[in-house]
Amino acid sequence: MTDLKFEDCLARLEQIVAALEAGNLPLEDSLKVFEEGVSLARHCAKYLDDAERRIELLAKDESGATTTRPLTWEEEER
Amino acid sequence: MSPASGRTSERAVWSVSELSRRLAATLDERFPAVWVEGEISNFKVYGSGHAYFTLKDEGAQLRAVLFRNRVRRIRFEPADGLHVLAFGAVEIYAQRGEYQLVVELLEPRGLGALQLAFEQLKERLGREGLFDPARKRQLPRFPRKIGIVTSPSGAALHDMLRVIGRRFGEIHVVVAPAKVQGDGAAQEIAQGVRELNALGGVDVIIVGRGGGSLEDLWAFNDEMLARTIVASKIPVISAVGHEVDYTIADFVADVRAATPSQAAELVVREKQAVAESVGELSRRLIRAMSRRLAAQRDRLETIRERRVLTDPRRPLRELSRRVDEATERLRRAMRATIQRIAHRVELATRDLRGRSPVARTRQDRRRLDDLAGRLDRALARGLDRRRHRLVGVAGRLDSLSPLAVLGRGYSLTLTASGAIVRSARQVAVGDEVGVMLHEGRLAARVTARKERDDRPQV
Repeated sequence: MTDLKFEDCLARLEQIVAALEAGNLPLEDSLKVFEEGVSLARHCAKYLDDAERRIELLAKDESGATTTRPLTWEEEER
Repeated sequence: MSPASGRTSERAVWSVSELSRRLAATLDERFPAVWVEGEISNFKVYGSGHAYFTLKDEGAQLRAVLFRNRVRRIRFEPADGLHVLAFGAVEIYAQRGEYQLVVELLEPRGLGALQLAFEQLKERLGREGLFDPARKRQLPRFPRKIGIVTSPSGAALHDMLRVIGRRFGEIHVVVAPAKVQGDGAAQEIAQGVRELNALGGVDVIIVGRGGGSLEDLWAFNDEMLARTIVASKIPVISAVGHEVDYTIADFVADVRAATPSQAAELVVREKQAVAESVGELSRRLIRAMSRRLAAQRDRLETIRERRVLTDPRRPLRELSRRVDEATERLRRAMRATIQRIAHRVELATRDLRGRSPVARTRQDRRRLDDLAGRLDRALARGLDRRRHRLVGVAGRLDSLSPLAVLGRGYSLTLTASGAIVRSARQVAVGDEVGVMLHEGRLAARVTARKERDDRPQV
């Protein structure tokens, strides 16, 4: 679930809402997808909360392999 | 200056070799190097890498040769029929009695060399179908990790990071540093695209640089780079120069952005808007489930009237409880998110105010305060609206609860084992029973019972 991309998560949530709004699922299934929807919505909210700013620069280490190092970038005032 | 032979005669006689040598010397002296204008014909590159062709106009023809090391330097593709300017020296090829122009520089007449090269490559790649809209991929709506190939010190990177920071600062950006002009730039940019593909997790790649002359942007017209972009497994946005600048990279990329800033805008949605759409979906989710439950309750009521089920309320109550719990969890999560975002905007606003130079005129400061006030009010309105909606949803959920009927003054009587008492026959005098009210419960003892109901019949 945590590996689910935000995009897929939102798409699934949209799908669930549409299915529930159509109203032809059996009650037990409705509840199941509702609960899935709640956890998707929380997952999406968590994604928005937990996203952290990271700016990195690709670089090569001694062995020539690609690595990343943080790039400090400060927005100066104009 | 004497002829090599024939001294015995009045006539000066030259040997062929001697004459050729003298002609060559004269040519060297009189025409060390010249610009010649003409049309290319019979252009052919030999296995040696040298190219031979004829320059001609209406009245004459001139053989010309481009040696391998010069061929490499020419940016457009020489072809028959092209009108060109050639620069070089005329050389006598004594062994064959011919002369030819040894070309050092070749430029198309009319269009600039770069422009022509651009048109030629565009035409060729276009024929291959590399610009075909059907080939192009969709950009991800919410990329988590954005790859940018550009100069780490360029204005383009600065512009993109600024836009990203403003719209949704908390995103992961990986910059693949590359020279964006001069020798080797195209190779470095292509290398960046490949490395970001290899890195893993990158959702979209932006290649770009700020504006410049046609020469400055030239790296983005490289055929190898174009093919690397086409081969990228990750969607690529090109953002080269200004709005009016078009490069081959723009034609092969999945999306062309007019400027680097616009590329960033295309990729990163505004966080506030994203939060809104998640909130809206959550509300629709709850609304749909509430309606579904209401419909179910109606059906259960009908069935109950037919006395088919012994305790129809239980499953519904169980469902209601699950819905309540899930709704509450969701509500808490959404409220927290919206408040956190609002808080960040507030901090940013305060920060902005704090940074304003003291020397600002009073008018400026008043305008800033006014803006900040408007922002605060807008946020407060937004939060209020959300809070109202949540209260509304909660109210609707309440009305669905089967316990709501107790609010109208009804009560439930339960046996010690928790069964609902429907008939006096279920209890004996002296039994302990529980009475469930809208608010609270009572413990009671049965002091008398009548098996027949003596309520007036309606």
